Amino acid sequence: MSLRIVVAVKYVPDATGDRHFAEDLTTDRDAVDGLLSELDEYAVEQALQIADAADDAEITVLTVGPADAKDALRKALSMGADKAIHVEDDGLHGTDIIGTSLVLAKAIEHAGYDLVVTGMASTDGTAGVVPALLAERLGIPQVTLLSEVKVEDGKVTGRRDGDAASETLEASLPALVSVTDQSGEARYPSFKGIMAAKKKPVEALDLSDLGIDEAEVGLEGAWTKVEDATARPPRTAGTIVKDEGEGGKQLAEFLASQKFI
Amino acid sequence: MGEVLVYVDHVDGAVRKPTLELLTLARRLGEPVAVHLGPGADTAAPVLAEHGATRVLTADASEFADYLVVPKVDALEAAAKAVSPIAVLVPSSGEGKEIAARLALRLGSGIITDAVDVEASDAGPVATQSVFAAGFTTKSRISKGVPVITVKPNSAPVESAPAAGAVEQLAVEFGALATGTKVTARTPRESTGRPELTEAAIVVSGGRGVNGSENFHIIEALADSLGAAVGASRAAVDAGWYPHTNQVGQTGKSVSPQLYIANGISGAIQHRAGMQTSKTIVAVNKDAEAPIFDLVDYGVVGDLFQVVPQLTEEIKTRKG
Ligand SMILES: Cc1cc2nc3c(=O)[nH]c(=O)nc-3n(C[C@H](O)[C@H](O)[C@H](O)COP(=O)(O)OP(=O)(O)OC[C@H]3O[C@@H](n4cnc5c(N)ncnc54)[C@H](O)[C@@H]3O)c2cc1C
Ligand SMILES: Nc1ncnc2c1ncn2[C@@H]1O[C@H](COP(=O)(O)O)[C@@H](O)[C@H]1O
Repeated sequence: MSLRIVVAVKYVPDATGDRHFAEDLTTDRDAVDGLLSELDEYAVEQALQIADAADDAEITVLTVGPADAKDALRKALSMGADKAIHVEDDGLHGTDIIGTSLVLAKAIEHAGYDLVVTGMASTDGTAGVVPALLAERLGIPQVTLLSEVKVEDGKVTGRRDGDAASETLEASLPALVSVTDQSGEARYPSFKGIMAAKKKPVEALDLSDLGIDEAEVGLEGAWTKVEDATARPPRTAGTIVKDEGEGGKQLAEFLASQKFI
Repeated sequence: MGEVLVYVDHVDGAVRKPTLELLTLARRLGEPVAVHLGPGADTAAPVLAEHGATRVLTADASEFADYLVVPKVDALEAAAKAVSPIAVLVPSSGEGKEIAARLALRLGSGIITDAVDVEASDAGPVATQSVFAAGFTTKSRISKGVPVITVKPNSAPVESAPAAGAVEQLAVEFGALATGTKVTARTPRESTGRPELTEAAIVVSGGRGVNGSENFHIIEALADSLGAAVGASRAAVDAGWYPHTNQVGQTGKSVSPQLYIANGISGAIQHRAGMQTSKTIVAVNKDAEAPIFDLVDYGVVGDLFQVVPQLTEEIKTRKG
């Protein structure tokens, strides 16, 4: 039996760009170029390694996002995933985390799965809660924030390095896994991979295909409301000195003047 | 006045500082009711009462330690059913956010993560967040259900506000999913004797400029002279010079101390995301063009191997 892996990947504005809010206080996705969230590359990488270790596996990459989000899917396909699902609908604009998790969960069920793999957090929203929400919605074990992961004999095992302790986790499939940036460098797509990706199937789905009521998504349906977004005032220029042999002492003087010493 | 559930983060009953900060915020919204899961409730309860908990709901069961996240969600859900809170506050750790998210879903509620402030309003709590690598500050509300908010460490002062803190047993029934993910081994992190990175008033960090694990003692010595926590950039962590638990930034810890000292760190956006809200920022870097200097209150352009030891010596001298 083939191991069916679904990897959820997000298309995000480039973090090194000048990110802004649109007038309706949603993330402005036009001002800055988008790309596959770097943290989701780790998810694709681990899915590829798990698939390699399995006798027979198929990886579907899934994104919920605007038309351009196809770029993120192409990148994941060029890394080696087999096929893609793109959920796109005008009604999705402004959907919050709870709504996004609903759409993702429906799409994952539509795809069919034994294992769901996600990144640790999106680089734009940085909430890091979609994985837990998906596990709750799908009713499967969450094996999350892993820096090491292995799938064998119908079981997921992994290491989770938490604040207070490092834990070894184990769960039976079907399960959801999220991986951190400590899980191992993501591969670069090869030229062959990039060419092959162009021929791989991308299934387009909208809300009605997934049987989702528009009232549960979008800005109107959101469970949260952003009421105000203000650019952080630029920090007032500080004092910068060149070390001429007394730099450490000058710094100490500054710290003393601020009552840190 | 309504009650506000506060999830208690603790190690065997030793309450961690962010929970006490949550009690301060909870008092702005209503009457704090603390939820303490696992062992040590006797130790924790007086501390929670001292900081404003009117009640302390406790449950202890081996499931909390033996299985990941879900047993705690079951318990918080039971607490929410028993109390009918007007809001739920949870510390923003990896685990805290996962617990909060699943709870929100079960309560049919919205969730706000990583708040840096929470205020009361007629329309319910308003949470302040710092987003896009601290480039923007947003204010948000939850429009459906019981507001569930996770709050970052160092977002509010710890205040003494003695309350009754009556300890009550919480009855918890674990659902079928509770035992889904087994914790088969646990290695506690070794204590360094230094303050917790996210809780520290001062953080001293080292980056690629430190140039080797054997040199990190320079950073540690400065930290110790100030009673500070030690942080590291991802470049230093990836090179294996310092543990990942000390990484500051987007994929590490997010810190907001009174004073942040960056040594040999360029100030990439992903690093800034984790430290930009620090009150006072100081940097030592030999490259005058390094972007970190855009953030600093005070910067020294120089070789950290000269500047940092001199600074440490001077601090020691001044402190006598
Ligand atoms: C998805 C993603 C997530 C990331 N998450 C994080 C994160 O959480 N935290 C993080 O820190 N980074 C993160 N990064 C990496 C980030 O982009 C930078 O690569 C990293 O912060 C660089 O670390 P650095 O400043 O120590 O190294 P560099 O950028 O190499 O800077 C080293 C600095 O040290 C100075 N220097 C060298 N020698 C000396 C000396 N003797 N004395 C004084 N100064 C000296 C140099 O002038 C230079 O400015 C992430 C990147 C990505 C893509
Ligand atoms: N719109 C989306 N489409 C696909 N995957 C997503 C989306 N949003 C979040 N995810 C997945 O959930 C993880 C955590 O995201 P977040 O909780 O938003 O920080 C990401 O790393 C992705 O794997």
